[in-house]
Amino acid sequence: MEELRIDRKGQVCIKITDASVRFNIAGEKLDNLKEYFVKLVKRELRFKEFYALKDINLTIRQGESWALIGSNGAGKSTLLKLICRILAPYKGSVEVKGSIAPMIELGAGFDSNLTAQENIFINGAVLGRSRKFMKEQYEKIVDFAELWDFMDLPIKNYSSGMRARLGFAVATIVEPDILIVDEVLAVGDAAFQKKCRARIQELLDRGTTLLFVSHSKGPVLELCKNAVWLDHGEIKMIGTPEEVYEQYDLQTDTKVTIKKK
Amino acid sequence: MKKFLRLTKERIRKFGQYWDLLVLLVQRDLKLKYRRSFLGYLWSVLNPLLTMIVMSIVFTEMFKRKIENFPVYLICGNILFSFMRESTTQAMTSVVGSASLLKKSYVPKYIFTLSKITSSMVNLVLSFGALLIVMIFSGVRFQWMNLLGFIPVLELYVFCVGLGLFLAAVTVFFRDVRNIWSVVTLAWMYLTPIFYSLESHTYADGTMKPIGLLIRRFNPMYMYVQQFRYFIMQWYVPEIEVPVMTLMWRGGLVAVLMLFVGLATFNATKNKFILYI
Repeated sequence: MEELRIDRKGQVCIKITDASVRFNIAGEKLDNLKEYFVKLVKRELRFKEFYALKDINLTIRQGESWALIGSNGAGKSTLLKLICRILAPYKGSVEVKGSIAPMIELGAGFDSNLTAQENIFINGAVLGRSRKFMKEQYEKIVDFAELWDFMDLPIKNYSSGMRARLGFAVATIVEPDILIVDEVLAVGDAAFQKKCRARIQELLDRGTTLLFVSHSKGPVLELCKNAVWLDHGEIKMIGTPEEVYEQYDLQTDTKVTIKKK
Repeated sequence: MKKFLRLTKERIRKFGQYWDLLVLLVQRDLKLKYRRSFLGYLWSVLNPLLTMIVMSIVFTEMFKRKIENFPVYLICGNILFSFMRESTTQAMTSVVGSASLLKKSYVPKYIFTLSKITSSMVNLVLSFGALLIVMIFSGVRFQWMNLLGFIPVLELYVFCVGLGLFLAAVTVFFRDVRNIWSVVTLAWMYLTPIFYSLESHTYADGTMKPIGLLIRRFNPMYMYVQQFRYFIMQWYVPEIEVPVMTLMWRGGLVAVLMLFVGLATFNATKNKFILYI
């Protein structure tokens, strides 16, 4: 696996062409048949269109590390979901080569009724890894998450920090071609954050592509070599993190001063 | 045609990739079903057995016309129908109920529906234990032909996968389908000869009432239940029942059609699921 990934270094692994994501925001929540038909007959079925992403063009090569920068609701998570194929583009196309381990919106997808141990195996299978592989890696995952005593506890009793630890441990142990880290680190304690950054760096050295979202500047500057600034669903700027932050800070600063007046 | 073949091949490859996940999900369903219950999996045998006992006491008292080997007749119909009801009801919420996973990672969504139908299927296989017990106590002769009972069971499985996919897709957009479905299956149960035989739908002169004709011709559950009974206990009344070979191909055809409808509905809407769950 590893050699293959290194071989592909520099090749295009994510190509997004003119992609848009559109949501229909219904005037009210319509999820029952009666109301639907009543409105249909009355011709009151109206949806407000809302573009979460508009005409995005982005090419990412294997081994690169990208930061997504933007305020809340700018479309960062939506873009990540588009890349993971959780969302389909309304228009345009998204091509992805290689396996993806996504951690979107604070953690991986867990079934809260199941224990941590069961979730590790399901999560591994979701990421396309065999049960044999997961059995071999199980100890390592638990060690990394430092949750030895909590493996038989249902996930619903986990704190958000513990969930993030577990999700991160699984997602990085499977050695994906593309790693997506969306604010996961924010809920971990300082020591664990440091450990995670070291682990991400380790994966980067081995040729994994990184897509990173964080609202704190430090980790972004430490880990990423490229940055995209998203604003209201559109790409405002592409460059190095330093360049992008310079402009971004300028804009957010002016916004704050305007409010102060 | 070539494109279709290539696409099918690709889909089968992908299915193989997620086989482990399917196995894990089926295990999960079974584990959660009997969690914190003392007798656990034994309930899969006990439940149909106890239902059969209650129903056979009630209905032998109520019905004048006696059905030979009524307990076996009853349990054959009951376990198959229960499978259909349980599996489709579970499958209906399979997509909606997996929101936490689907929102955060990419998985082919039909895996969740398939896992629900399959875990119910495991349950059905366990309840064959109850069928075996009833057969022994009723003195039904065991024959090689009994093994052919897997044919209607397989047809029913395919039928339920199709129906489950259809219901799962519709439920994403209209949650109240859940409430309608419990009423639909109730009506469906009374329209299937489970505790009565088609003979109860005949006039005094032996000709069939319209309702009986409709059931015989169009109720898929009749096709599967009656086939199953034929193989298990050779239940066949030439004047009123449809020959087993006819039922076999009709049942197969209906199953494949249902699967097609389910797949088509699911495929056409699956990209929109994420916006509604």
